[in-house]
Amino acid sequence: MSKENGVIYRISGPVVTAVGISPRMYEVVRVGDEGLMGEVIELHGDQSVIQVYEETSGIKPGEPVIRTGQTLSVQLGPGLLTQIYDGIQRPLPKLEETMGVFITRGVDADGLDLERKWEFNAVAKKGDEVSSGQVIGKVQETETIEHRVMVPPNVSGKVKSIKSGTFNITETVCVLDDGTEIAMMQEWPVRHPRPFVQKYAPDVPLITGQRILDFLFPLAKGGTAGIPGPFGSGKTVTQQQLAKWSDAQIVVYIGCGERGNEMTEVLDEFPHLIDPNTNKPLMNRTVMIANTSNMPVAAREASVYTGITIAEYFRDMGYNVALMADSTSRWAEAMREISSRLEEMPGEEGYPAYLSSRLAEFYERAGRVETLSGSDGSVSVIGAVSPPGGDISEPVSQGTLRIVKVFWGLDAGLARQRHFPAINWLNSYSLYPQALDQWYRDNIAPDFPEVRTEISTLLQIESELQEIVQLVGSDALPVDQQLTLEVARMIREFFLQQNAFHDVDTFSDLDLQYHMAKAILSFQEEAKKAIAGGAQLEDVVNVPARTDLMRGRFEKGYEDRISDLVSEMNKQIDASMEAN
Amino acid sequence: MSGKEYRTITDVKGPLVFLNKTEPVSYGEIVQLMLSDGSIKNGQVLDTSDDQVIVQVFEGTASVDRQTGVKFLGDVFKLPVSKGLIGRILDGAGRPRDGGPDIVADEMADIIGAAINPYSRQSPESFIQTGISAIDACTSLVRGQKLPIFSASGLPHNDIALQIARQAKLVGSDDDFVVVFCAMGITAEEYNFFVHDLERTGALENSALFVNLADDPAVERLITPRLALTAAEYLAFEHDYHVLVIYTDMTNYCESLRQIGAAREEVPGRRGYPGYMYTDLAMLYERAGLVKGKKGSITQFPILTMPGDDITHPIPDLSGYITEGQIVISRELHQKGIYPPINVLPSLSRLMNAGIGDGKTREDHKSVSDQLYAAYAQGRELRGLVAIVGEDALNERDLQLLKFADIFEDQFLRQSRDEDRSISEGTLDLAWNLLSNIDTKYLVRLDQKWIDKYHPTEKSSNEEE
Ligand SMILES: Nc1ncnc2c1ncn2[C@@H]1O[C@H](COP(=O)(O)OP(=O)(O)O)[C@@H](O)[C@H]1O
Ligand SMILES: [Mg+2]
Repeated sequence: MSKENGVIYRISGPVVTAVGISPRMYEVVRVGDEGLMGEVIELHGDQSVIQVYEETSGIKPGEPVIRTGQTLSVQLGPGLLTQIYDGIQRPLPKLEETMGVFITRGVDADGLDLERKWEFNAVAKKGDEVSSGQVIGKVQETETIEHRVMVPPNVSGKVKSIKSGTFNITETVCVLDDGTEIAMMQEWPVRHPRPFVQKYAPDVPLITGQRILDFLFPLAKGGTAGIPGPFGSGKTVTQQQLAKWSDAQIVVYIGCGERGNEMTEVLDEFPHLIDPNTNKPLMNRTVMIANTSNMPVAAREASVYTGITIAEYFRDMGYNVALMADSTSRWAEAMREISSRLEEMPGEEGYPAYLSSRLAEFYERAGRVETLSGSDGSVSVIGAVSPPGGDISEPVSQGTLRIVKVFWGLDAGLARQRHFPAINWLNSYSLYPQALDQWYRDNIAPDFPEVRTEISTLLQIESELQEIVQLVGSDALPVDQQLTLEVARMIREFFLQQNAFHDVDTFSDLDLQYHMAKAILSFQEEAKKAIAGGAQLEDVVNVPARTDLMRGRFEKGYEDRISDLVSEMNKQIDASMEAN
Repeated sequence: MSGKEYRTITDVKGPLVFLNKTEPVSYGEIVQLMLSDGSIKNGQVLDTSDDQVIVQVFEGTASVDRQTGVKFLGDVFKLPVSKGLIGRILDGAGRPRDGGPDIVADEMADIIGAAINPYSRQSPESFIQTGISAIDACTSLVRGQKLPIFSASGLPHNDIALQIARQAKLVGSDDDFVVVFCAMGITAEEYNFFVHDLERTGALENSALFVNLADDPAVERLITPRLALTAAEYLAFEHDYHVLVIYTDMTNYCESLRQIGAAREEVPGRRGYPGYMYTDLAMLYERAGLVKGKKGSITQFPILTMPGDDITHPIPDLSGYITEGQIVISRELHQKGIYPPINVLPSLSRLMNAGIGDGKTREDHKSVSDQLYAAYAQGRELRGLVAIVGEDALNERDLQLLKFADIFEDQFLRQSRDEDRSISEGTLDLAWNLLSNIDTKYLVRLDQKWIDKYHPTEKSSNEEE
């Protein structure tokens, strides 16, 4: 590295200005006597402006600043899964070992354990022509996930030697003819998307087991979704439900500027939760990034990039990856905080003018792609948004909604009534159904899209009827409309409401969702017939078997019993006609 | 390092002093200002460079002039901590206010406080019974939680906070709480109310008080909660205490924050509050919890008054985004004469699920709570409808729900200031009694097995008759 004598000129919170060095933009530098890690974010005359990833109090002008020549990068290789990192990929367990329970500063830690040995199984052979992204070997990283070791980007050639065996991640496992040595670990600068061949249009749903999401507002594998909502409306629970139950192969969960205890919860729970797709603990497929609200804001700003780079890396192995960022608003606020320290010209609500382009660039890193090695991989991105006062006319919500294809709008009113998930079915949307319908017809039921339309139409009609009810009361409506209201109530209470904390209700597979929706339509049809045949609405609605059908969803084995429960309900409805 | 005194003040703006031609000064360093009349003010470095240093002065800049001497003390702000803090009353900057001696320090603790490593936290899950039904049933509190009271001027938030402080206990344990009380800009009258109550119940000798009153320096308020939390951390994590931190009023704290932001001519965020207010508040609120390997805990009860009763105002809004729920006090219920006037609908305890249920409170707790919410929410909504169309237009179900909302407010929410209800017999049984006014077929949130076991008239083996 060039011998430059950088010194601190100014310190203002997380932003430090140095003179005497001329680093590149986004270069990592070491700041102060303690060598705190920072990143160059602005060059201004002879001054370099640095965001520092650790607390800056006690540092003074005149202390040294040293260039590293590196840009902010993550280490990629076996050992990522089950790990929990801070925003700049320092393993939190490692920090605990060196600093105790409080995070002090000045400690470096590798993202990956460089000592640990892994069993490497070569799949490439001597003489093979390999190029970047190609899988040359495999490592069983966790019980369920095979780590595919790839040729690093910008490397290609003929394999001179390759060996299976037990290695740590920096040892050479493969040598190319030109002498290039390849180890299991590679590095990648977080602010650059990893390369791929091409993007495909997503056409397979990311199945989440959450009825309102899968059935009404589905997300595709490789798609993007935003979850805006005021505090307490269910952003985090929804994100955690997706992390738990979605059928992604890898989950990257970013706690960005949120609560410490929420990360603890994930750490406590995931090792014990069984992935319905593999029957093994969910932790096996999970990587966590935790840069909580009280941790340094600059590292919070970096955390989403660290997360998405790790997600892309697993995508490049041919996996379907789902990334949750809770909350992207805190990331945007970190940008705002840094930007205001730079005295940049503010845009709307004090956010920097580049806010929306940063949001767009981030979500653009989602997608289903043909990887460099020719396989199919995807990154789905689900971002929580925390609009001030719950009002989504603000810049982060608006910037997000312009990009994402799915909008799950959380509603404080529903949350207050403890209608969970508190996703407003009237204003939420998904732009994916058209692309996914064929998949549903082929894999679930030929009439799946039509059933969905019927259910959502009923909900629309209900909202119109409710307006009348507000004026005249429900008893004033004709009986067929009263029935519609009952059916809609059933959709809400039996189908849309889903208790994340109930062992059974927390997850419904898509088949069951379909049968539950059909059960509601079946009730509607039988009830109509019965009422036309003289039955009282009261009696039809109150047949005990309907309550059994509805309460039954809390019991195990419901999928096996539901069709019997529906027949019994229909029988009792028929009987209510004869009773009159 | 301490010693050199500068007389190089160039500008004074609001609570800020700007000076130049200093030797290198650390970010965050504490500062003393020597005024010409011999008095001393204290401050902290907010921005430092070769050319200029900006100091925020806790006591305000009145009487500061260009001749004022400025001394940098070579260290960041630290609080002397020891077990001797218990039973003491300190001012907003940590000096004795009770006429007692200085605190003999076991340790000098940095008041900014390092973040707890999320990996090192332990999930809070021990139910704290407050004896207040609305809280225990609907927004259950657990040890290590941060649960603010969202109130507004003229409402009895102080009574509620004190009732909680008096009654809070872990069922089946005799671990006691130590109270750390932190006053920020409250009136002397309010303060006396707290102190007398703590005195009356003997809790004062088990408390540490940090007091900045309405006529104390406004900027000092930015320090006071940090002192209180530093004390709390020390007591909890070095001496195994279970600490209950009550701080009031967060609204005054945020006003001081805004004042500094304005003086620095920062680009403001929403409604003039600094863009970093979320992070700043998080650095207080996140200092709650339990950590692995330590017996003690910090439970926080911040009190804030919502300007204009508006829950979307940045102070409650940003707080709600950080804390683990909120207890919302309602003017409407207060005007109806209900104490405690807690509106359970916008209230929430995010850690409730971890703290309730079989072996913790009672197996039916979750179900009952969900049902209370659902029924009360619908009942309240129907009040609006009835006002328009009258009760005649309601069907049987709606009539029952409407009536339930009244009973719930009158019998479940309402209790006296010294009424300490036990969770099982006092609160949950009462809930079942009230819910039995509604036909079971409308009680869709209740599991059948709990109806069979707890419903006063539909229990399978009805022991009462
Ligand atoms: N699907 C759900 N099932 C049951 N309860 C839920 C669900 N979603 C949210 N909740 C409740 O709402 C509370 C707040 O949800 P959370 O996701 O933490 O909100 P946010 O992240 O939007 O602030 C949770 O603590 C929980 O009690
Ligand atoms: Mg959340």
